[in-house]
Amino acid sequence: MRRFFLRRVFLSLITLWLLATIVFVIANVLPSDVGRTILGPFAPQESVDALNEQLGTNDPILEQYVRAMTNLVTLNFGNSFQSGQPVGPLLLAAIGRSAQLAALALILTIPIAIAAGLFAARRRDKRSDRAIVLLGVTLSSIPEFVVATFLVVVVGVQLGWLPVLATPPPGAGTITTLRFLLMPALAMAVVYFGYIARMTRAGAIEALESDFVRTATMKGLKTGQVMRHHVLRNALIPTVAVIGVQIGYLFGGIIGVEKIFNYNGMGQLMLFAAQRKDIPVLQAGAVIIGIVYMIATLVADLIIAWMNPRIRSEMGD
Amino acid sequence: MSATTTAGVPPAGAAAPGQAAERKQARREVLRLLVRRPGFIIGNVVIGFWVFCAIFQLAPYDAFNDFDLGHLPPSPEHLFGTDRLGRDVLSRIIVGAREVFIVAPLAAIFGVVAGTLLGLIMGFYRGLVDDIISRIVEAFLSLPVILVALLTLVVLGSSTLVVILVVGILFTPIVARTVRSAVLAERQLDYVTAARLRGESGPFIMVREIFPNILPPIIVEMTVRFGYAIFTVATLSFLGVGIQPPSPDWGLQVSEEYSNMIGGVWWPTLFPALAIATTVIAINLIADALAAATSE
Repeated sequence: MRRFFLRRVFLSLITLWLLATIVFVIANVLPSDVGRTILGPFAPQESVDALNEQLGTNDPILEQYVRAMTNLVTLNFGNSFQSGQPVGPLLLAAIGRSAQLAALALILTIPIAIAAGLFAARRRDKRSDRAIVLLGVTLSSIPEFVVATFLVVVVGVQLGWLPVLATPPPGAGTITTLRFLLMPALAMAVVYFGYIARMTRAGAIEALESDFVRTATMKGLKTGQVMRHHVLRNALIPTVAVIGVQIGYLFGGIIGVEKIFNYNGMGQLMLFAAQRKDIPVLQAGAVIIGIVYMIATLVADLIIAWMNPRIRSEMGD
Repeated sequence: MSATTTAGVPPAGAAAPGQAAERKQARREVLRLLVRRPGFIIGNVVIGFWVFCAIFQLAPYDAFNDFDLGHLPPSPEHLFGTDRLGRDVLSRIIVGAREVFIVAPLAAIFGVVAGTLLGLIMGFYRGLVDDIISRIVEAFLSLPVILVALLTLVVLGSSTLVVILVVGILFTPIVARTVRSAVLAERQLDYVTAARLRGESGPFIMVREIFPNILPPIIVEMTVRFGYAIFTVATLSFLGVGIQPPSPDWGLQVSEEYSNMIGGVWWPTLFPALAIATTVIAINLIADALAAATSE
């Protein structure tokens, strides 16, 4: 188990280094005049040169790369080109807000999706199963911002049930905050429902066809007991894996949702940074999202190993 | 859930006439399975409608230069209302279909072709090449596609060609992973060993022997990627780094008008959003039916 864990962490670190390099290459692929971008087209050349000197964007590319990597290792993300503020605290605040939104979305979607997947598997190829599968395919194929648009028009504007902006007024209590977060979270939850329900269904179908479920049924256990003790446990294995992957990808969809609801999370921060070519913020943000993805998949793998004794024993050697 | 089984498709290469007939029959069998699936029919009808719009552009008004009053609600004159500049929303959706059905398929084709090549090489040669490329693929996969695309388009600047290339390149590792696992399953089989013993070269075995046998999952992947390409391009346009104004691209229309929803002007946002939704749902229904039919 420990060897498996160390190996995974080691591989994750290599992937992370590659990821940071990819982001660095993308950010530096064109020889762009950062000073000019920040100061605008009418700034005098001396100011541009001075600023470039100060930011270090005139140094040889290799030197910049080494500096970027050392900064990453020491968790020093530099200062934002735009505001001059240190990137670290900026990102930390934003990622906290995004995590709230993402957590609410997952809390809303996971139990329903797992229940739907189990239900569909039990009624395999019947009409209700087809309906759930079709619903899953449909929902998971629509971009998050489109779902968010439908929700705003119907629930927010026409029915007026929920606020159409995600940021609660300052000093709002938990309930009010939740009310404001509910619609954006719902927009994301709807999209992830499909992925998770399909994985649970596939896992449950495999378990239902296995010998140990037949044995359990034949020794007289009730359907509910079989489902809970034998099927659910096995169906959860692919489900946990897909949730792990989705937690990383949540941050892709979150950009559009945060834009629609004007929510100051990671997505908005990255989008603003992109519009203003604020490369340090973009770079650090991308790397942090990569780290989140890697931790999520690592934790998912560990949970899977813990749930599945076969994998657990394989890793022992 | 990807279909990696290749049942029903006999190995190509040695093209005996009997085998060709067998293959034709297998294809007919798949088609028969497809036609029985309502999802496949509905999906094709919807896509057919949008392709018709994309080709013939039969719009009631000029989508670019016909400025009526801004934000007119839906009426018999303007079925979907007008946008903030007074352009007919219905006409812009019909005309915008062309942009959507050019950009997304090209991006998907690029990604699938490049990914298939990469996947074939990784799966066939294994070893160090596979290890190194796999690491890079994994690094790419650990970032959401939207985010990398956003970053790249900011640096490179958004033009339609760049959008196609960026989305295509970002799809490449995803396709490569799928193709690689399909190749891994194939290379153990007797026909590959037979080809090796005949002294065929690596590229020949990859292209003429293995490739025809992994074609079904590649076709499914192609359809899935097409759906994701529309998804991705629409999102990028919505974020302002994809297709640029004054294009009537659907995602861009949502981007330009979404802030007016709060004021009750929902029609210039809702209808393009519906167009995106129907298209991606239709493609995914087709992909789902294809995956099911080729794995049966």
